[in-house]
Amino acid sequence: MALLSKKDTSLILDPLADNNPITIQVLGICSALAITAELKASIVMALSVMFVLGMGNVVISLMRNIIPSKIRIIVQLVVVAALVIMVDQVLKAFAYELSKTLSVFVGLIITNCIIMGRFEAFALANGPWRSFLDGIGNSAGYGLILIIIGFFRELLGSGTLLGFKVLGDPIEKTGLYAIGYENNGFMLLSPMALIVVGLIIWVQRSRNKALIEEN
Amino acid sequence: MSLKNNLHNLKEKYKGKKMAPAFNAIHTFLYAPNETTHSGSHVRAVDDLKRTMNTVIMALVPVLIFGIFNAGYQHYAAVDAANGVVRQASLFGNFLTWENFIMGAWTVLPLVIVSYAVGLAVEFLFAVIKGHEVEEGYLVTGMLVPLIVPVDTPLWMLAVAVVFGVVIGKEVFGGTGMNILNPALTIRAFLFFAYPTWMSGDKVWVHQAVDLAGGPDAISGETILGYLAQGKGAEMSYSVADMFFGFIPGSVGETSTILILLGGLFLIYSKIASWRIMLSAVIGALVMGLIFNGVVDAGWITETSKFYGLMSFAFWQHLIVGGLAFGIVYMATDPVTGAQTNKGKWYYGFFIGFISVLIRVFNPAYPEGVFLAILLMNVFAPTIDHYVVRGNINKRLKRAKNATILPRDGEGKAQELKAETV
Repeated sequence: MALLSKKDTSLILDPLADNNPITIQVLGICSALAITAELKASIVMALSVMFVLGMGNVVISLMRNIIPSKIRIIVQLVVVAALVIMVDQVLKAFAYELSKTLSVFVGLIITNCIIMGRFEAFALANGPWRSFLDGIGNSAGYGLILIIIGFFRELLGSGTLLGFKVLGDPIEKTGLYAIGYENNGFMLLSPMALIVVGLIIWVQRSRNKALIEEN
Repeated sequence: MSLKNNLHNLKEKYKGKKMAPAFNAIHTFLYAPNETTHSGSHVRAVDDLKRTMNTVIMALVPVLIFGIFNAGYQHYAAVDAANGVVRQASLFGNFLTWENFIMGAWTVLPLVIVSYAVGLAVEFLFAVIKGHEVEEGYLVTGMLVPLIVPVDTPLWMLAVAVVFGVVIGKEVFGGTGMNILNPALTIRAFLFFAYPTWMSGDKVWVHQAVDLAGGPDAISGETILGYLAQGKGAEMSYSVADMFFGFIPGSVGETSTILILLGGLFLIYSKIASWRIMLSAVIGALVMGLIFNGVVDAGWITETSKFYGLMSFAFWQHLIVGGLAFGIVYMATDPVTGAQTNKGKWYYGFFIGFISVLIRVFNPAYPEGVFLAILLMNVFAPTIDHYVVRGNINKRLKRAKNATILPRDGEGKAQELKAETV
């Protein structure tokens, strides 16, 4: 017997492509613009959201029958806030530099639309195992886009990847810089992140015509 | 058989083929189409989009030629200055020389060629993919782009920026006529934000100054706005006449105010560009300049303020330095991205002039803001038009409500609805 049933597999794989939270549902754009100037920050952000969403979905799913519907948003917020504080403290303890780069955006995971969206749309109506898979799938779809954006922005904007100077040294003029190449400063500004998101959406929709909305 | 007939026969032959749009583009560039609309209420004139574009290009040619001479002149002037020789610009004495022309052509023409080759390649590519005719939109953009960049802009940067500007600035919106932002300015803005070191400072405006920097033959050429922004206006050796005729460092085509003025008059005469936008932009720039002059006269800022140099600059001289004149005449008047209503054009132009001088004075990194002001107003143009149209509708509604309907004084239909408007 397979580890995951077909239905469960689609919970994980759908959000990676045809139901991607960023490119299809256009949620979680703010953090995608704010912290993707470096690949490392993107990866850490993706992992943090994965932890918060995976755990949060499970917790909400377990409590789904005892949460009074009138105050469910508050309960959800408490759960997210607790998880985010855990992530924040861990980052501060073990990756202080990175936590400074991410600054308020770790705290702002609370307001990430994807998280509340999945709680409301999925965890409140499904069991813990499926909710967990859904959380992992959606945060993986989110993280995938973040990492793609982070890859291009760091490579073209700073000429590095995860801090390694893959294109040569811009000051000593080695590698590509020896023939006159220069880093694209625009890539480091948030507007360019939005344009990169737009380009990803463009590529995705021209490959899969079913995604194009009717006007 | 003339060339025109040959081209026409070829067009018939290749109709419906994949490359037909590319071929038709060349055909209609050379000749007016040999068929016109047959029925319906269409204007059956030959001055289609392509003629319009060509008229603008004709207005740009003098500026381009001047830019070529000026690129050479500034180079040799800077070399002289580095050797301690002070040059006095004279049109026939040391400006219109072969030496200047060859040096200038060697630096400026590659910019023109790269701009056109890359831009048209993108246009042709999109036309073939989408299966529609090649749009003429790039004809003017391709000529504007080399005129609004510094002479020594590396060609690959220009190519990257052109691809970005044409794809993101125009094609994603649906091509020529659908764009929100002026593509040439999108390209300029991309270059400015992506490669700021190549777009500002005292080295980029003179050919070879970057290459020679730090060496024994180092040369430089600061723009007038650059001098003023650093509070070194007194060291500047350019006269007002130099500024007006254009013997000053700057982007390739922006320096000669008199040729831009002539080009602008030509565009107004041929009814291609809107005189309302040009006039109101000039007024806007003058008003902002007067406000700053007033601030200085009132003694609200001291001479030590970093804004003093630009704020105390005579208000009318803002018009003859930097890219303001070029932007107003050739870029703000773009009929696609500008305001469409006559009243809207006044607001649109006014704020372009006003904001240009505002950014010019307060921008800490780069003492120029025409392209940013025009892009900003491009975004607001539809809003301006919306309110102008709403205002007109409201005015007429009010008039209709207050109208006194006179009693019928006859049997005929004509008398029935005789209204007196107030």
